[in-house]
Amino acid sequence: MKTPKIEPPSPAALSRRNFFGSVASGAAEAAILTLPVEAAQPAAAPAAQPAAGPVAGGDLVPAVLNVNGQTHSLSVEPRWTLQHVLHDRLGLTGTKSGCERGECGACTVLIDGAARYSCLTLALEAVGTEITTIEGLMHGEQLGSVQKAFVEEDAVQCGYCTPGQVVSVEALLRKTPQPTAEQIREGVSGNLCRCGTYNHIFRAAQRAAELRKAGR
Amino acid sequence: MAEATVKPWGETTIVGKPIPRIDAYERVSGKAVFPADVILPNMLYAATLRCPHPNATVKKIDVGKAREMPGVHAVLTDADPEARAVGWYSPPAGATQMMSRLFDPHCRYEGEEVAAVAAETQQQAWDAVRAIQVEYQTQPFVTGMEEAMKPGAPLVHSGSNQVAAPREIKRGDVAKGFAEADVVLEETYRTSCEIQAPLETHGSVARWDGDHLTVWDTNQGPFGIQSGIAKALNMPLSKVRVISSYMGGGFGSKQEAGKYSVIAALLAQKAGRPVRLFLTREETFLCVGNRQSHIMKLKAGVKKDGTLTALELTGLGEIGAYPSNASVGYQIGDLYKCPNVHTQELMAYINAGRQRAMRAPGYPQCNWALEQMMDALAEKIGMDPIELRLKNISTVCQLENKPYTSTGLRECLTEGARVFGWKEARSRPKADGPWLRGVGVAGGMFGEQFGPPATAIVRLNADGSVDLNIGAADLGTGTKTVMAMVVAEELGVPLDRIYVENADTGTTPYSRVSGGSKTVFGDSPAVRSAALEVKARLLEMAAEDLKVPQSDLVFKDGAVLSKGGKKLTLADLVQPRTRQMVVGVGRRDPDLVDKIVRPFATHFAEVEVNTRTGEMRVLRMLAAQDSGRVMNLLTYRNQVQGGVLMGVGFATMERRILDSTTGKMVNANLHDYKIPTAKDVPGEVTVLPIDPHDTECSLTGAKGIGEPSTIPTGAAIANAFYNATGIRVTTAPITRAQILTLLAERKAKG
Repeated sequence: MKTPKIEPPSPAALSRRNFFGSVASGAAEAAILTLPVEAAQPAAAPAAQPAAGPVAGGDLVPAVLNVNGQTHSLSVEPRWTLQHVLHDRLGLTGTKSGCERGECGACTVLIDGAARYSCLTLALEAVGTEITTIEGLMHGEQLGSVQKAFVEEDAVQCGYCTPGQVVSVEALLRKTPQPTAEQIREGVSGNLCRCGTYNHIFRAAQRAAELRKAGR
Repeated sequence: MAEATVKPWGETTIVGKPIPRIDAYERVSGKAVFPADVILPNMLYAATLRCPHPNATVKKIDVGKAREMPGVHAVLTDADPEARAVGWYSPPAGATQMMSRLFDPHCRYEGEEVAAVAAETQQQAWDAVRAIQVEYQTQPFVTGMEEAMKPGAPLVHSGSNQVAAPREIKRGDVAKGFAEADVVLEETYRTSCEIQAPLETHGSVARWDGDHLTVWDTNQGPFGIQSGIAKALNMPLSKVRVISSYMGGGFGSKQEAGKYSVIAALLAQKAGRPVRLFLTREETFLCVGNRQSHIMKLKAGVKKDGTLTALELTGLGEIGAYPSNASVGYQIGDLYKCPNVHTQELMAYINAGRQRAMRAPGYPQCNWALEQMMDALAEKIGMDPIELRLKNISTVCQLENKPYTSTGLRECLTEGARVFGWKEARSRPKADGPWLRGVGVAGGMFGEQFGPPATAIVRLNADGSVDLNIGAADLGTGTKTVMAMVVAEELGVPLDRIYVENADTGTTPYSRVSGGSKTVFGDSPAVRSAALEVKARLLEMAAEDLKVPQSDLVFKDGAVLSKGGKKLTLADLVQPRTRQMVVGVGRRDPDLVDKIVRPFATHFAEVEVNTRTGEMRVLRMLAAQDSGRVMNLLTYRNQVQGGVLMGVGFATMERRILDSTTGKMVNANLHDYKIPTAKDVPGEVTVLPIDPHDTECSLTGAKGIGEPSTIPTGAAIANAFYNATGIRVTTAPITRAQILTLLAERKAKG
């Protein structure tokens, strides 16, 4: 019933792996997938420097992330997800955590313009990509077109899934500026809303397409 | 304020209109800070070790290794006196001693708390929890209510698996009623255990400032959480502040203080640093509530003319490992006029997470049984199902023997049928290749609406703008918006000049938990009353200022109008200007003593069923709702559609699966436990408000809407399924596997 939204990392992202020298991506993924007790001392991170800053313990590696047009130089554990880094390290709390296993979509962000679950993307995997969060869809304090449409159509109840829904609609409209009703359903089918606001989200997506066509 | 003199609103200018919510900006921009988003300086992250067995005793626990793990600052177990002192789970009525404690060595369900850790990062906390070594002695367990009630079943608590005495409703004489009936039917219905699954998982962030505790907690009302924490930690309310201005959904599961709040507080105290403890999605499936599964044996008698003569219910509910309320019988006793009623309900302990309220607790279950039974009775006497229901409408609450302030059930049925096109849809051809099509209807009511107390504060500022202060949480239902609309209606202040502060025990007045569909019903009258108080104070001051009798003045559009037509704003009046603020405090009136307030609903469903693949599609739904006055048509529609969709989940997919050989839940995640996605939304969902113009139910004329909107959905779908296929599905949910089995059984029977 849910459409998985997980696509393989782009070749460009893979090539940037070289940046990490000896950090084996396989090891990092294994750490996050199986979460063994030993993961507290990740085996592979010889190039990492001890952390300066708020994080004590764990072995950290450098990572440069491009988020909403800003470059952030960070030290991360290889197993940290992009969601964790955005939300807890960069304070971009619009990117919510709902399941941490790619089931709910509350953490959806744009990676190189496509909707991705940031809880299923390691921060290190996102190096070299352009990441856009809900905050990046704003124009200063002004709402973006999809956000405006969500307000008008009341495509919100509790609001916890909303940033993810907005980002998914944004991704849809970038690819398909005038979507059909069926394409809209498909486009947000990876984002759960337990309040059941979907009908209003469908209308908001339609409205956002109109707003964008009119250049607003 | 002499409330008796307050007139109900007639025509309104703001209330009732479809107005976007006042905090929509915060919710769509990502700026709203939910409790899960609170990241404090120097904050630690916590994780909980949970018992992996359905019934086990902790024999030995070794936290030595965990304590030495990187980043770990505090470990908490039952060996810590401060944890040991915390009792948990109230006993059934009559007993006084708490049934368990924070980390009780006897774990009676998979997921019960054993220990907790606070560390620098979330990942380190999880690592440390995994490093705790526990020796469990496992014990026999029971995971099904029918097994639990058999003699010799493993006991969840000493004595019996039956929770307290049976609940009973008794009216008239059912034997006599069945004797008078022309048709008597009997059927056993079953519903499955559902999980509330709000998108924001349960959790708290706790911070101490000396002996004062602040908790950012995701809940449905901060005051109940505050008192729960204060009681657990033996602190005065004034030392515990709970903040929950935004929260990511609850659906009943966030009405009580969680162990996680207390654990976070104790860890924070131990570490001397703030602590964040949020549950993982998997944990929420195990230990923060569910809608209990139910078995309902229902016997009903009806005369040929459609008069109900008797209803008899025997129910058994699965309550989990600790007491809760799993009664379902209300609608049997009150939805339809029936002189002879007898319900007998039992609840059983099993080794699984305890039940908590879930959106209309008990109501969709009972409705599943009663409304399918009504459908079957109608068919048996050759009457239209709507006619049968119309024949048995009561204007009196039969359980209390007092009249309702209003009942819109008749109009829900008739208007709903008209707008839905019931007659045409019912007589349309059913088959199209392998697809069979059908329509069904179900009525419903909600009978346990919460009400007062509630207090609201309206502050009119010197520039004519307003601050509204309410204790109620906004669950996403639009509470803040609706309350601001009430102020705007009464004071004529535009909505964009009203700020709402809510759900913070440190800054807002008391309000009950947002459960029992009570928030608009319980709090909007308090808000109106506070606004009226501001008006009255202002007129009083203006009269003194101008040295004219108060009767020469009226309040209009945020200003005072003199008899001569002169408009005086706040700034033009000496006293208000000197004070810089006029404050009004409003309280909710007590509930009526001689009348009963109840919301009603009728849902219509059209489904099609593929007889080859077993697929069922809900093509369209119509929800006719009598919840009194509609306060905001836009948020109302949204909320009702959400209720309907939750009903679709109940009827077609949601089911906790406990493995009887291991006692563990096998679908404790959002992939294997299905909730409706965008693709499961019916093709069309029509929301039809029925306003009975109830001037007595409350000062604003509103009854509750949150829960009634999900009650009849499931039964309407089941009745539509029957209409399509001729097969009665007595067990919810109607999954594809079940449909295929039922179709095959029918084929085998010929």
